[in-house]
Amino acid sequence: MKSSKDIAELLDEPACEHNKKEKSGCAKPKPGSAAGGCAFDGAQIALLPIADVAHIVHGPIACAGSSWDNRGTRSSGSELYRIGMTTDLTEQDVVMGRSEKRLFHAIKQAIDSYNPPAVFIYNTCVPALVGDDINAICKSASQRWNVPVVPIDCAGFYGTKNLGNRIAGDAMVNHVIGTRDPDPLPANAERPGFKIHDVNLVGEYNIAGEFWHVLPLLDEMGLRVLCTLSGDARFREVQTMHKAEVNMMVCSKAMVNVARRLQKQYGTPWFEGSFYGITDTSQALRDFARMINDPDLTVRTEAIITREESRIRAELAPWKARLQGKRVLLFTGGVKSWSVISALQDLGMVVVATGTKKSTEEDKARIRELMGEDTLMIEDGSPKALLKVVRDYKADILIAGGRNMYTALKARVPFLDINQEREFGYEGYQGMLELVRQLALTIESPVWEAVRAQAPWKMAKPLINVGCADAGGASVANDALHSVQHILQKVVVTE
Amino acid sequence: MAEILKRNKALSVNPLKASQPMGGALACLGFDRAMPMLHGSQGCTAFAKVFFVRHFREPIPLQTTAMDQASSIMGADENVIEGIKAIAEKSNPALIAVLTTGLAETQGCDVHRNLREFRDKYPEYAHVAVVAVNTPDFSGCVETGFAATLYEIVKTLVPDATSAGTKPGTRQRQVNVLVSPMLTPGDLEALRDLIEHFNLRPVLIPDLSDSLDGSLTEDEFSPVTIGGTAVSELATLGEAKATLVIGASLHKTGELLQEKTGVPSFYFDHLYGLQANDALVATLADISELPVPSRIERQRSQLQDAMLDTHFMLGQLRVAIAADPDQLNAFVHLVKGMGAEVVVAISASNAPILTHMPVDSIKIGDLEDLELLAKQHKAQLLIGNSHACASAERLGIPILRAGFPLFDIIGGYQKTWIGYRGSRQALFDLANLVINFAHEEIEVYHSPYAQKLASERHACTPSCH
Repeated sequence: MKSSKDIAELLDEPACEHNKKEKSGCAKPKPGSAAGGCAFDGAQIALLPIADVAHIVHGPIACAGSSWDNRGTRSSGSELYRIGMTTDLTEQDVVMGRSEKRLFHAIKQAIDSYNPPAVFIYNTCVPALVGDDINAICKSASQRWNVPVVPIDCAGFYGTKNLGNRIAGDAMVNHVIGTRDPDPLPANAERPGFKIHDVNLVGEYNIAGEFWHVLPLLDEMGLRVLCTLSGDARFREVQTMHKAEVNMMVCSKAMVNVARRLQKQYGTPWFEGSFYGITDTSQALRDFARMINDPDLTVRTEAIITREESRIRAELAPWKARLQGKRVLLFTGGVKSWSVISALQDLGMVVVATGTKKSTEEDKARIRELMGEDTLMIEDGSPKALLKVVRDYKADILIAGGRNMYTALKARVPFLDINQEREFGYEGYQGMLELVRQLALTIESPVWEAVRAQAPWKMAKPLINVGCADAGGASVANDALHSVQHILQKVVVTE
Repeated sequence: MAEILKRNKALSVNPLKASQPMGGALACLGFDRAMPMLHGSQGCTAFAKVFFVRHFREPIPLQTTAMDQASSIMGADENVIEGIKAIAEKSNPALIAVLTTGLAETQGCDVHRNLREFRDKYPEYAHVAVVAVNTPDFSGCVETGFAATLYEIVKTLVPDATSAGTKPGTRQRQVNVLVSPMLTPGDLEALRDLIEHFNLRPVLIPDLSDSLDGSLTEDEFSPVTIGGTAVSELATLGEAKATLVIGASLHKTGELLQEKTGVPSFYFDHLYGLQANDALVATLADISELPVPSRIERQRSQLQDAMLDTHFMLGQLRVAIAADPDQLNAFVHLVKGMGAEVVVAISASNAPILTHMPVDSIKIGDLEDLELLAKQHKAQLLIGNSHACASAERLGIPILRAGFPLFDIIGGYQKTWIGYRGSRQALFDLANLVINFAHEEIEVYHSPYAQKLASERHACTPSCH
């Protein structure tokens, strides 16, 4: 189990703006009214996309049983990450102290069955509490079978999802990064005036394959992506991350400790950026060129930006007309608010309010810069509060994580999923086309009118049949008419 | 008699099992204005929530005691007590179920004591029903957690006949129905219809068809369930004429209810296929003292006709099934009743019913076991949850989706399997999956002496396979 000192050190993240506040960024959850994942959740999200690794969850069934293979992240090759593996500890294991032994055999079984280049062990609450020494087990398993076995000590009770992200990043820096040098460049990759530069992306998860909208552009610029931590990554790629010339933190502070520690240990500079929206995508490409400072690269980058921007703006024009002026309530979790705001503003949409529960002070400053000082920043993400904002600010659509989907749908409010379980990719210039398609699909859908409409027999009927009805019918209708008049008088009086 | 093959490997690969606390939460979600709270770290609840949201495509009320480092080590009594209070205060629920997780149980929690302490400390919430259940995830599965929670609810919230003065049969037309989690909301609606055909009033316990059936309500948002069995209804169970217990896992709960109230329980291990439904319909006719309605008899004959139509496809079909015990038992009987062979039966956990199943052996295991054994025994069809689709794909055989979770289809929760009509549709679905797959087609033979054009050899495409 991690000591409270270890955890305090992880919580103290100099590169994170929350650090400067009195309270640490991660507020203590209240029993009976809390939401959100745990440290294990965060660590697993951060590393599971490393596709060729055997990911073993060490714990009883709840941790892996309800979470395996449920992310939208995609791989271009190995599918091993989609195989759910867990030690599935039983009562006997816990009571009799057999869980370490089971883990040791489990590692062997994973290696024998799947021959992975590495095994990751995620420690969870129960083994942490009974005191399993997973570091020692990983070390001896590693020596015994000659396969790297990486301990990720991320018991849920250590803290929030965010802490889990950092634990995951820390484990990569401590155990994986720097254990192999990059492959040599393919022959003829470089030519005069075209030098290849090595870079990393940290916090890019390739949801629905969206990074494949961006990667061709980086290739064209002459950037070799050594590793994306962790979308569509391989173990052998993570090993080489120390050799990059520059690291990009992709629209999330979650693994900022990786960027900071790589800078400290290997001197790699880093910048923060996003691939959501035209403006931010171009900015990210420019930042790469600026930090690498190769004049040829800068020229190439500008040419690519000019070409791509004019192409995508032409393609977006008809959609923009349809979405112009539509009002958005943005409530994002993992994906940073400001990066999506700029994407929506590129489309001429109005962001009426945005969630900032997980945003840092710096994020909030950027949001103010983008949206003006009066921006409503929502801290309370409860369904009730969100729906109130939707009503008060007349939002046409709620953009949020999947968790909030049914909050919106049950309230008959259009909704777009922006979190990692989603099935569509919105990154890069090309991703904007998918984004507008999805936005228009829900906002313009005829279902909203249908689901908001009352059943015909519940609507007030005009009393047109009074004259032609038989005597009995007419008197009933007249009675009804009287009572309506009566009600109307009452209304007038009370007003 | 089936032989039970226990787990014999260290690593569980592609788990079939979901955890006990999730089953407990599901049982609680079938009550009106209810809120389950998992006693553990926040992730336990977050994962369970995502799981249910993906399956039901509904908002799921689910809370957590949010154990952190300090309370995991120093004790989390306050988390439970304050957690119950926070829910009672904020959401005004009718029922709160406190369900323990592996973390809380390993720590050595005593939720029953915590509940008493809550009652002492906050008498102002005496009107809120609260049950505490031990559902650690290091034993059992969804089904056992569900059963344990229902048992606790009956034990705590159904008054004894002696103290409450209830008399069986005071409500001549009421039947209590205890239902296992293998019954979908669609099943529950069909069951309600069937019972109402006998002019009886069913009280389903719990009633997921009223809380998670995917209906739109006037209210935009509710922090607690918006339907299900009314908790106040539990006081009437002792006045019913009979109790139907659907699912072997609820046997103990049925016995407890009878012991407490004197209302006789009738047991049905499942309601898939002709014989199982015959038993139910005959019992309903007895209880109601009415003849079987002609519409039901017609549905019975429709099922018989479907059995004739589909036995060509399903006879001798080699089927592999992975499910929780009750549903596994149900499917085994359904397909064996059609002349199919169950070549692989995987259960998420052990249960008394397993030894009585008409198969040679049952493996307590995961979807890797399913896949390996299905391959070894040349299974032609899989029955399992959405996760098993990847196995079916690798095996190259069709799959009938059933169980938890179903996330890659819409409306899986609404699928009706039970009753004459549900069984009929299930047989059609099974037959349609194999209508073009099951029989092994004779390979095309090309004679070297034939006078056909050589180009035809490659132009010949296999038919619809």
